[in-house]
Amino acid sequence: MSEHNANQPALEITGLYKNFGALKVTQDINLTLQPGVRHALIGPNGAGKTTLVNQITGVLKPDAGTIRLFGTDITNATPEKRVALGVVRTFQIISLFLRLTVAENIGLAIAAAQSLDAKPWGSLRDDDRVVDAVRALLERLDLLGVAERKVRELGYGQRRLVEIALALALKPKVLLLDEPAAGVSSHDLGMLLEILNRLPSDIAVLVIEHDMSLVFRFAERITVLVGGALLVEGSVDEVRADQRVRDVYLGRRAYV
Amino acid sequence: MATLSTARAVAPSIRNAFAAHRINAIDVGIWMVAIGAYFVVPTYLSLGTTVLIMILFTLSLDLAVGYGGIDTLGQGAFYGVGGYAAAFWALNVTSEPISGLVAGALVAALLGIVTGPIILRTRGLTLIMITLAITSMLEEFAVTAKSITGGDDGLTGYHIDPIFGMFHFDIYFRTAYFYALAVLAVAFVVARIVVNSPFGLTIRGIRENPVRMRLLGVPIRNRLIGLFTLSGAMAGVAGALTAQVTGLIGVDTLTFLVSGNALISLILGGFGRLYGAFLGAALFYIFSDRAAAINPFHWYLGLGVLLILAVRFMPNGLIGLGEQFQLFRERKQGRGLDRGAS
Repeated sequence: MSEHNANQPALEITGLYKNFGALKVTQDINLTLQPGVRHALIGPNGAGKTTLVNQITGVLKPDAGTIRLFGTDITNATPEKRVALGVVRTFQIISLFLRLTVAENIGLAIAAAQSLDAKPWGSLRDDDRVVDAVRALLERLDLLGVAERKVRELGYGQRRLVEIALALALKPKVLLLDEPAAGVSSHDLGMLLEILNRLPSDIAVLVIEHDMSLVFRFAERITVLVGGALLVEGSVDEVRADQRVRDVYLGRRAYV
Repeated sequence: MATLSTARAVAPSIRNAFAAHRINAIDVGIWMVAIGAYFVVPTYLSLGTTVLIMILFTLSLDLAVGYGGIDTLGQGAFYGVGGYAAAFWALNVTSEPISGLVAGALVAALLGIVTGPIILRTRGLTLIMITLAITSMLEEFAVTAKSITGGDDGLTGYHIDPIFGMFHFDIYFRTAYFYALAVLAVAFVVARIVVNSPFGLTIRGIRENPVRMRLLGVPIRNRLIGLFTLSGAMAGVAGALTAQVTGLIGVDTLTFLVSGNALISLILGGFGRLYGAFLGAALFYIFSDRAAAINPFHWYLGLGVLLILAVRFMPNGLIGLGEQFQLFRERKQGRGLDRGAS
């Protein structure tokens, strides 16, 4: 944390443009995440949310604009490099190691982050640093009780938590949560929200989500994208009260 | 009391959640049977030696297929190449046996390093076809390159020195049996260390979800090549052992049959648990031997029936059968309730 300049935003996106042929999927997006912020990105289908996330993680290259991480320009960095620098995402479609235990899933990520993955002797179970790190993560995500279970024995809600734990194991500074509530039952939603609220306070979190109840209860700030462009950015109350947002997004949902 | 015991149970559960091979009752049983066989059935040590070597070979296949998810049908290539290398070594360099094993391991490992980058680019059916093709090419080479391989006759007429200058190979396979047993024990220890290691866990992760593994920043192709090479070296040692204890290595070691038999052994025994190789290969080769003794003409029928029964009634092999039984007992005693529920 010492290398952070306290005045620098965690993530700063300025003047970002991306076209797929004639389709303008990102138009002059400016977005700033302060360290520790809980920010939500919402918008109707096709608003360009996923494209924006893909540009932040480096899967897509923007046509113009810059992305800075604590002041460092990462616009041209590879996805792997960005992960190493602390830009980590979770996936809408959960992708885990099903026949391994929950602890092994997390241990794999920690081993990879510490470059232990080629070590052909010893065991992670005898590595106190790894075991303690796994325990701390599982504790934070309420998964300690299922540490010995194989992931395929878990319900969808708990798998979502393992997915988040895997991302946290990579020590993110900016965490992108892609639809964390997707597929989670309404019964588990309260649990998910409670755990999201316990994420480390120094991490800037950007959540892309369709579930408005989760967004309104989790986020401090909300950015609304429509047709690739930024429609509104503001606090939860400002966005809720905004008539344009009601028209294009919330109003329409209410009739569904 | 209850809270105390849960608190205590939680503390070590992280360690226990990492799968690990530990010395247990199965080990004691396996090695006692292996040593006991020497005294109980001294007239069958030739078969016993074959079984031990094939366990080693099947163990090497389990590393690739069971742990790494590399569905190869070309493991016989390593076996044959290792055997030829050991025979060539004995004929042209030295008759000392240990160095011959090392030669077999190194040449097989070299084959792994060279073919691995090509083979491991693919998965599934494509991978199976490529591994089959490479084995066939090597077989053709062995038939054609008479000056190196002896062609259809294979390599023979070489002598193997006593092990450490002390233990002479005898016609009753007494020395050969313990030689193979010792090499198998060393290989098993190596395999166990590797599968317990962070590398071993990474390999299982790649088997489960290669895409996600890459996203964690792991160079998965390199890890797979490492595993493939280790597995190949182990198969090469098995081939070298065969060449040394039988005094003959032929083209038949490079046929698909060798790879197929090991795969069947692994199906019988169970994948990804190391012990599956022991139980499966022992069952396969002892059963084949007995079936052939009873009916030399139709013994393959017996093997076929065995395989059908095995696939029908123990899809996870003999070792899986044991685990099912254990789970059943735990559930009956009410201990494994929550584990069984899902």
